[in-house]
Amino acid sequence: MPLYLLVTLALLSLASYYLGKRRAISIVGGQMRQLHSLPSYYGTYAAFWCVLPGLALFVTWVALQPRIIMEIVLFSLPAESRNIPYGELNLLINDIKNLVQGSMVSSTPDPIILAAVEQYHRLEAIGNRVLWIVVLMLTAVGLRYAWNNISPQFRARNRVEQVIGYFLIACSSIAILATIGIVLSVLFESIRFFGKVPISDFLFGLHWSPQTAIRSDQAAASGSFGMIPLFAGTLLISGIAMLVAVPIGLLAAVYLSEYASQKFRAIAKPALEILAGIPTVVYGFFAALSIAPLVRSIGDFLGLHVASESALAAGLVMGIMIIPFISSLSDDVLNAVPQSMRDGSYALGATKSETIKRVLLPAALPGIVGSILLAISRAIGETMIVVMAAGLSANLTANPLQAVTTVTVQIVTLLTGDQEFDSAKTLSAFALGLILFITTLILNIIALHVVRKYREQYE
Amino acid sequence: MSTHSANQDIKTIVNAGLQRRHAAERRFRIYGLAAVCLGLTFVLLMFSSIISKGYPALWQTYIQLSVTFDPQVLDQTSERDVQAWANADYNALTRASLRRQFPQVESRSDLRLLYRLVSPNAQFQLRDLLLENPQFMGSEQQVWVLASSGVDAFIKGHIDRSLDETMRPLKDQEISWIDKLQATGQLEQRFNLEFFQNGDSRDPEQAGIRGALIGSLYTLLVTFLLSFPIGISAAVYLEEFAPKNRWADIIEVNINNLAAVPSIIFGLLGLAVFINFFGLPRSAPLVGGLVLSLMTLPVIIIAGRAALASVPPSIRQAALGMGASKLQMVTHHVLPLAMPGMLTGSIIGMARALGESAPLLMIGMVAFIVDIPKNIFDPATVLPVQIYLWADLPERAFVERTAAAIMVLLAFMIMMNGLAIILRKRFERRW
Repeated sequence: MPLYLLVTLALLSLASYYLGKRRAISIVGGQMRQLHSLPSYYGTYAAFWCVLPGLALFVTWVALQPRIIMEIVLFSLPAESRNIPYGELNLLINDIKNLVQGSMVSSTPDPIILAAVEQYHRLEAIGNRVLWIVVLMLTAVGLRYAWNNISPQFRARNRVEQVIGYFLIACSSIAILATIGIVLSVLFESIRFFGKVPISDFLFGLHWSPQTAIRSDQAAASGSFGMIPLFAGTLLISGIAMLVAVPIGLLAAVYLSEYASQKFRAIAKPALEILAGIPTVVYGFFAALSIAPLVRSIGDFLGLHVASESALAAGLVMGIMIIPFISSLSDDVLNAVPQSMRDGSYALGATKSETIKRVLLPAALPGIVGSILLAISRAIGETMIVVMAAGLSANLTANPLQAVTTVTVQIVTLLTGDQEFDSAKTLSAFALGLILFITTLILNIIALHVVRKYREQYE
Repeated sequence: MSTHSANQDIKTIVNAGLQRRHAAERRFRIYGLAAVCLGLTFVLLMFSSIISKGYPALWQTYIQLSVTFDPQVLDQTSERDVQAWANADYNALTRASLRRQFPQVESRSDLRLLYRLVSPNAQFQLRDLLLENPQFMGSEQQVWVLASSGVDAFIKGHIDRSLDETMRPLKDQEISWIDKLQATGQLEQRFNLEFFQNGDSRDPEQAGIRGALIGSLYTLLVTFLLSFPIGISAAVYLEEFAPKNRWADIIEVNINNLAAVPSIIFGLLGLAVFINFFGLPRSAPLVGGLVLSLMTLPVIIIAGRAALASVPPSIRQAALGMGASKLQMVTHHVLPLAMPGMLTGSIIGMARALGESAPLLMIGMVAFIVDIPKNIFDPATVLPVQIYLWADLPERAFVERTAAAIMVLLAFMIMMNGLAIILRKRFERRW
């Protein structure tokens, strides 16, 4: 069992650490001053050489073994079973996998499949045994090598620190790998999508109706994949959110940093930060069950026709969510303006509000603009509020009382449905994800650039 | 003299505008205060709305039935045969008991309404009771069973008695039965333990958050085990060891961008890479933890770098001066001093990961999972996704359960953020 091998390796690492340490101490007869490094480093060196090669082999083996065994099993199937269309081959593979795991399949299995499963089990058992033997051999060889190297002049600490350094570098590169992974995965699937739907249709089309035919004679088979209505909906809801959040957030930041007493600030600032910590599902629930009916009844009262999933409701709640972003970022920027500028303005006879409006806000403007851009990028990428409170049908409108849908809602609905993965419908979700990623990336870069370039340098 | 009169002119001009300016000042100050109060009102509004909706879910209505474990009705013998007894029809017992309670009910449609008073769960309650106490076979017992969600809604006052019969979900007859049961003390409200012990269910009175809680626990565990070591190591490398060149700048910009990417993109990454390419089990806490750890990694790296940067250089140089190597200096001196800040950042990152639902929707944790997951490979769901699923269901009773689940989620978030703040206050040192 592969898991037991991991446990064995862990125990072996402890044992080799202990052995290496004892070897180092004994080789100098207890005079530890004659050792180059602390004994623990010799122990760690021995443990590294014992375990790390075996571990690396283990990980690659376990990752590749299922695929290789499946290939062998498929290859040894009789010719007619192999030359079946791709879809049926996938089903066959699935059946074999299910039977191997011991779960049931839908129909009584073919004897060919049963034979294949038998072969899979045999190969798996052989593979596991070979894995054990090879890994244990590697640990023995590694321990022997390290044992031979341990001597008083041996620079164990440098070697150990080198290995740890590589580990640190590997961890740092995971962040880069994540970005590359995001870009590649989204790009790869989007390219497949653009092979089925032309890119100009997608970028400039005005109609979003993602239906694709499952059978050739299906009605309403052709789908249109124009992204503009989705983007318009996103901008509408984000626009309403910013209309709510920017005045409230900015004024609140100004009040808390300039006018409020210490006590008031100590209570009000954390209270506003609470809004930032509430999960977005809660906002979505609040929007769908409290705000949307309220907006609807106010609309009925005023004689306007308000959709039950209006953009106004979703935008309002999204604005509430964004208030702490703008307020805390602006608060930081306002506090960074030096007191001398304020004092100079007061000395000239300006009132506090005039100082704020004419001196502080212009001085802090790059930071404030940066925070607004970051807030817009957050609003555009927000998913749960709009999934629960905004509509599903794409509507190209500027009327906040109508139901619109956004890019993120469509991504969720397309990928939590039951379409097969290869169809244009599900692949369009990745294309939408690509557009979303590029947009938020550009906004973030612009925000960073604006803040860096126009930031006032105070002495 | 002309200077004096010029000064007087200036003074009059200035004084004339003073009142206007002071009024503008007062207005501006009021706007600011109003904005802060508006923000605080939103907080209060949300909390009160959720608590008022969710509080009734903590109480659940039970009906007391006198049940005869009649072997003939159960179509069993009196001998204890676990297998056979487990498969018997306990619905027949509840129905018999209800018929005895209300002997005047005759017609088929009325009887159907009568049976609906009790939850479909009641039969399983009786079965479990009998299997635990085999001596009950053949005797009559007073058993408290779950009432159906309709009855529960009525008791909690969600159904208006005064409305016309066609406009409410409960008929007059059902209401008269409920009144009668209440009058005889056979109907009572108890604390809703089912909510914390059961998994998800289609019947609102049985639905609980235990499956979601355990799923959240496993997912957060995987997230923490992956993102904390990797994040701390990356922060240490970037802050202490990396040469300060253009490559380091690019990495820093990259990490800042990653922190601001919408969470749903990580879900797309998880779907395309972890599920389709690597073939990991869909909807397992393992994959959810992998995706969430990718999301939390930039937060931990940024917080870790800030914590490491706040340790003064004198400590590093003193260690180096004593002959320590760079790695020794970092691990023995800088890291322990920066650890409170790193832990604070990590806890806040974990709290964010607890509330995330969008990326987990993408990797399939949106299914209807009834069983409690037993390990990180079993299909599971997390609490925010459970809230999302319940919010979509049409039954009225799910609204209060969703709100109660939100209360549990918010309680956890407040606990985690409070822990981070306490940690920060107690252990952070100001140099």
